[in-house]
Amino acid sequence: MKQAYSIFTLVRNALSYHQDWQEAWRSPEPKREYDVLIIGGGGHGLATAYYLAKEHGITNVAVLEKGWLGGGNTGRNTTIVRSNYLWDESAHLYEHSLKLFEGLSQDLNYNVMFSQRGLMNLCHTEHDMQATRRRVYAIQMNGIDSEMLTREQVQEMVPILDCSPKARYPVLGASLQRRGGVARHDAVAWGLARKADERGVDIIQNCEVTGFDIVNGVVKGVQTTRGAIGAKKIGIVVAGHSGVMAGLAGFRLPVESHPLQALVSEPIKPILNTVVMSPQVHVYVSQSDKGELVLGAGIDAFTSYAQAGSPPVIENQLNALTDLYPCFSRLRMLRQWGGIVDTCPDASPIIGKTPVENLFINCGWGTGGFKATPGSGNVFAHTIARGEPHPLAVPFALERFTTGYLIDEHGAAGVAH
Amino acid sequence: MFVINCPYCGPRDEHEFGYGHEAHIARPTLEQQGTMSDAEWANYLFLRTNTKGVHFERWVHTKGCRRWFNVARHTVTHEILKVYKMGEPKPDISAENLPR
Ligand SMILES: Cc1cc2nc3c(=O)[nH]c(=O)nc-3n(C[C@H](O)[C@H](O)[C@H](O)COP(=O)(O)OP(=O)(O)OC[C@H]3O[C@@H](n4cnc5c(N)ncnc54)[C@H](O)[C@@H]3O)c2cc1C
Ligand SMILES: [Zn+2]
Repeated sequence: MKQAYSIFTLVRNALSYHQDWQEAWRSPEPKREYDVLIIGGGGHGLATAYYLAKEHGITNVAVLEKGWLGGGNTGRNTTIVRSNYLWDESAHLYEHSLKLFEGLSQDLNYNVMFSQRGLMNLCHTEHDMQATRRRVYAIQMNGIDSEMLTREQVQEMVPILDCSPKARYPVLGASLQRRGGVARHDAVAWGLARKADERGVDIIQNCEVTGFDIVNGVVKGVQTTRGAIGAKKIGIVVAGHSGVMAGLAGFRLPVESHPLQALVSEPIKPILNTVVMSPQVHVYVSQSDKGELVLGAGIDAFTSYAQAGSPPVIENQLNALTDLYPCFSRLRMLRQWGGIVDTCPDASPIIGKTPVENLFINCGWGTGGFKATPGSGNVFAHTIARGEPHPLAVPFALERFTTGYLIDEHGAAGVAH
Repeated sequence: MFVINCPYCGPRDEHEFGYGHEAHIARPTLEQQGTMSDAEWANYLFLRTNTKGVHFERWVHTKGCRRWFNVARHTVTHEILKVYKMGEPKPDISAENLPR
């Protein structure tokens, strides 16, 4: 059993100079065979393993991670969580995840610092207003909180935003999801890892999958940098490297890998207590608990596996930032980085079976999968355990690119987040 | 950031160019279109090689001559290995036989 984290354990461990904390998870040698192997130790892979153990009683599971836990997009994103998607299929899936986020700290006994500080999408033109209104109504019809704000209401919530009529990008209004917000990305990965480990899941870092053992169209195991490992079922959850994994297993995906960049400023006193996105001007910003502004925008256009993008993207984003918030113009930026995101033609994920039997895939979350971490793992665990897609995952099968039933969320996901 | 050597204008900064994604995807002929299965359409429209390594792709010099051309570029190092014109065959470059 894991020692529960609480104020009492904190005090007790303080008395022993924090020398006696239990390890958060073991680092076992891989076994020769597992019931289920999860490839990819990001949030989605860890959540899948956690829910396999918790909800389906499947505990003979290993998560194989080529680097360190959460070192992929899970530890590189700008942590925005929301469920205000246009289409019913997405709305239900992301809302499922948002609801899990609302109970996650309790469920994991780990503070994921989920802060429902609200999330605003600015409108700069009359057309923007109409499209946003339509989206807000569609979201409300799905029973998800969403509302329109007038320019005055926006100005009241975000006084530093230039809402004057002569602004370069005038603000006409915004949509607001009050239950949206941010969470601590590392904590999500670590909390899921700790609880999955507690239920018997082996978390194996520095273990890269380099090939699949496939016999007569059925997957039997993987080759890794730490030897061959057999498995009854395997789930691929590698985000930017999905195309590479599919290639090793002999099929193709409608996915392209792109750099997505983000940056943070020097820390400043509290100045912004909500998340503000501008899909048109292409920047989004929130303030972390440490006081840094966390800034993101869109992908670099070219295909890439380098976790770095090009400066023009950053330049555009900072231009947009200083146009909208003139008071940020003298702020210095501290760090800038990139992740590789797996983008789908319809900006929606792929969850389900592959052409190889017993091999499942969960990918294509692209620029916006952090918010989906618990929900994605939850429905993917169900899909792997039952061998049939979770009802919420049915529309997200790979087959939709053959049937033409795309879930086009480009409109609702105008910028990366 | 990289510099792309436009075959018509010479070396220019990346931001002058637009990206046209994977090259050498042949549009089905009218005749093929009549008999193509949904899976074949999916393959043409959506499925991509998404290579980690040498990738063959199209670029357009949007803020220059506005002409299209092909590029062989390494998707990990971003090194451009070859620029060649539309219609020319895919050059024989792979991660193993990189020209040095
Ligand atoms: C800059 C940036 C900002 C973002 N902002 C947001 C945001 O605000 N809100 C939001 O919802 N989403 C955001 N996203 C997207 C979000 O980060 C991802 O969709 C999500 O984290 C994907 O989680 P994952 O677990 O699938 O992938 P990852 O965390 O990338 O995990 C995949 C793991 O697979 C491992 N792997 C790869 N190949 C192999 C192999 N061969 N063998 C073993 N392991 C392998 C990798 O090392 C990696 O750790 C952002 C992304 C980026 C890059
Ligand atoms: Zn040119």
